[in-house]
Amino acid sequence: MSPATKKVSANIKNEKALKIFCDIRKCVACKTCELACAVEHSKDKELLKAIKETPLPKKRRHVSDSFGKTLSVGCQHCKEAACVAACMSGALYKDKDGTTKQDKDKCVGCWMCIMVCPFGAIDRRIEEHVAVKCDLCPDRDDYACVAACPTGALFAGTIDEFEKRIREKR
Amino acid sequence: MAYKKSRGGKVNIQLQEIARDCGIDTVWDREDAQTPHCGFGESGLCCKNCNLGPCRIDPFGEGAQVGSCGADADVISARNLARHTAAGSACHSDHGREITRTLKLVGEGKAQGYEIKDEAKLRSVARELGIDETNKSKEELAVLVAEEIFKDYGRQEGDIRFLKRAPKKQQDTWRDLRITPVGIDRPVVEMLTRTNMGVDNDYKNILLGAMKVSLSDGWGGSMAATELTDILFGSPKALRAKVNLGVLKEDEVNIIIHGHVPLLSDVIVTAAQDPQLIELAKKEGAKGITVAGICCTANEVLVRRGVPVAGNFLQQELAITTGAVEAMVVDLQCVMPSLTKVAACFHTKLISTIPKAKFPGMEHIEFEEERALEIAKEIVKKAVLNFKNRDKARVNIPKESMDLVAGFTAENVYYYLGGRYRATYRPLNDAIISGRLRGVAGVVGCDNPKQMSGGSHIEMVKELIKHDVLVVQTGCAALACAKEGLLVPEAAFKYAGKGLQEVCSAVGIPPVLHMGSCVDNTRILIACCNMVREGGIGNSLDELPVAGAAPEWYSEKAIAIGWYVVASGVLVVFGTPLPVMGSANVGKFITEDVEQLVGGKWAFEVDPVKAAHIMIDHINKKRTALKLKPMMYETGKETKSQTKKEGELVSSNKKG
Repeated sequence: MSPATKKVSANIKNEKALKIFCDIRKCVACKTCELACAVEHSKDKELLKAIKETPLPKKRRHVSDSFGKTLSVGCQHCKEAACVAACMSGALYKDKDGTTKQDKDKCVGCWMCIMVCPFGAIDRRIEEHVAVKCDLCPDRDDYACVAACPTGALFAGTIDEFEKRIREKR
Repeated sequence: MAYKKSRGGKVNIQLQEIARDCGIDTVWDREDAQTPHCGFGESGLCCKNCNLGPCRIDPFGEGAQVGSCGADADVISARNLARHTAAGSACHSDHGREITRTLKLVGEGKAQGYEIKDEAKLRSVARELGIDETNKSKEELAVLVAEEIFKDYGRQEGDIRFLKRAPKKQQDTWRDLRITPVGIDRPVVEMLTRTNMGVDNDYKNILLGAMKVSLSDGWGGSMAATELTDILFGSPKALRAKVNLGVLKEDEVNIIIHGHVPLLSDVIVTAAQDPQLIELAKKEGAKGITVAGICCTANEVLVRRGVPVAGNFLQQELAITTGAVEAMVVDLQCVMPSLTKVAACFHTKLISTIPKAKFPGMEHIEFEEERALEIAKEIVKKAVLNFKNRDKARVNIPKESMDLVAGFTAENVYYYLGGRYRATYRPLNDAIISGRLRGVAGVVGCDNPKQMSGGSHIEMVKELIKHDVLVVQTGCAALACAKEGLLVPEAAFKYAGKGLQEVCSAVGIPPVLHMGSCVDNTRILIACCNMVREGGIGNSLDELPVAGAAPEWYSEKAIAIGWYVVASGVLVVFGTPLPVMGSANVGKFITEDVEQLVGGKWAFEVDPVKAAHIMIDHINKKRTALKLKPMMYETGKETKSQTKKEGELVSSNKKG
């Protein structure tokens, strides 16, 4: 394929790729990642069917505007996660692989995690009275938001890989 | 989206591999790179009509539910759809205008290389337009007819004249809903106005407007295009020809004509028969000159002159990758901007001809009616002289080509059905009444790399004819089925149900009738009017046991066609949905409520076999409403894939 039609970084999961980064130089705030995230967390996994589901599926990522730059933000899977520390029921926990996971059945909906998350990456699922956050697309080999990003702003990998990529593409 | 996707048949795959080896991207690669497509666009929830935005609505209900101006999902998606419809109508109507202009120039004796080939049709159209045709030469009449049609284009009051061809009920419905188009150009302008920020903010009213602008196409611009093209180049008659890239010749100069308006292509076909140019070709080492078409220009010269068809829309790039095309001459519509990149890897000369449609990297030889033949000869000469640049080692012409029969029209079907001396639609209506035929379906439109690259048409049409539905086709859909061998009389015995087989063998027609190009969908409208006039299967278009489909639509023109068929009272099934489904209200209006208003409605189904059954169920419903006899050969043809509803109908038929 020529560069004109080369697909931008559809990241396949590997053990190292635990985090999703956003290159703020490339994010154009199209919100395609938001749609893709909600669709991925729907029953049908198809946009036109997903928007008719009840309850509506919920996105775990949002495009925000900070200091005049747009960027797409989701759970950062922090090393020392404030949400895990604040979770009184033990629903949120750090997994062996370093990701921040949630046991939905344990969540009591106290919303403390939402209060403490510095990225605003956790949301409420009112219908079920539980918190929802990025689960790194357990049903896919890649990440829905990264695969959907039309400009290649979203990137899945380690911090080092992301830094390298930023330096290369400068 | 989860549905079957394919890159087309053997020929396509073979040439795509060659393209890949040369490092050329084709439409399939580009579409892959665009997948997933933008969800806001797909659901119709993105508005960029003004600079308060661009705005988009979050279909999951969390983010913004209205644009900056306050327009909600209903207004935004309806406005977008209406603009698409206006653009589609504009394309067809502008095509008609070009033809009208040429007809006038021919009448005035200013055009070169044309003659009025169907005087009888000229006289009948003149009478219809209220022109006294007695004692007038065909040239005088051509000018008068063209002027009358021009009046319809610019009309500011009163109806466009061809609307009178519709059954009275349709005309009354349109008048009551106030969607009778005034003029052909005016509704397009009106729609651009209405969809401007702050004008029309009632989604239902906008969608009614969309129907109005589509009617100005179907019963106006497109119809003018069909009628006047027939007058100018002759009305089609059934003829045999060949289709697919195998029609290109290894030892001849190959010229591809591509686009939609046949004004220049027809003259190029004439020029390619010029003895001097053939002599020149021989001097250059070729055995002769072959002209083959792509897209609707292909259909126009196919149905009138039997010119072979190289392929449909998606094959335009592949035609060049055969390495055997000396020149591709394009006019307008459906011409991919990528052609120049593909041609850069081969010796093929690309020539654009219309001032409204230019391509960086193409040679532009402007088409003028006054010098049409000279220009055509110049183009053919360029192609001939390019033959020596062909790299014989890189020639890969596929072997596949298929026979087809094309050239059916609403008028000549009288003769094919009734014979030369008692021209009539009676046998068709009788076959439907007696249950030998279930009904008639139009399967038209584009081929789309997002889907099965033409495969949907084949599956849908096979399913329809298996259930005794006579199929009429136009455009790239017809070419897709032609390549599969569905457009020959023999296909009836291979694929058709018993009832349709009987009709085909009695009358001697294929089970699938090729009616021409995209603007020739108006022939299908007229054929439906003729069926109503013949009587016995409904007093208006919405009562007829008929349905339409464009399973792989891609163009805005398809939206316009779909709308005018819906507004004329007929069910239309599209593959992928119109980009409005982000609004539940608009979705419901076009797929349900609109049927109460105009009799037709939209349905969306990507699976071609399921879509065929939506049409079959609809036709059955109409048959029941008309109290027609049960189908003659229903039970023997049952398959597992049949829907429950139809199963019920079968059993009730048995009881009856």
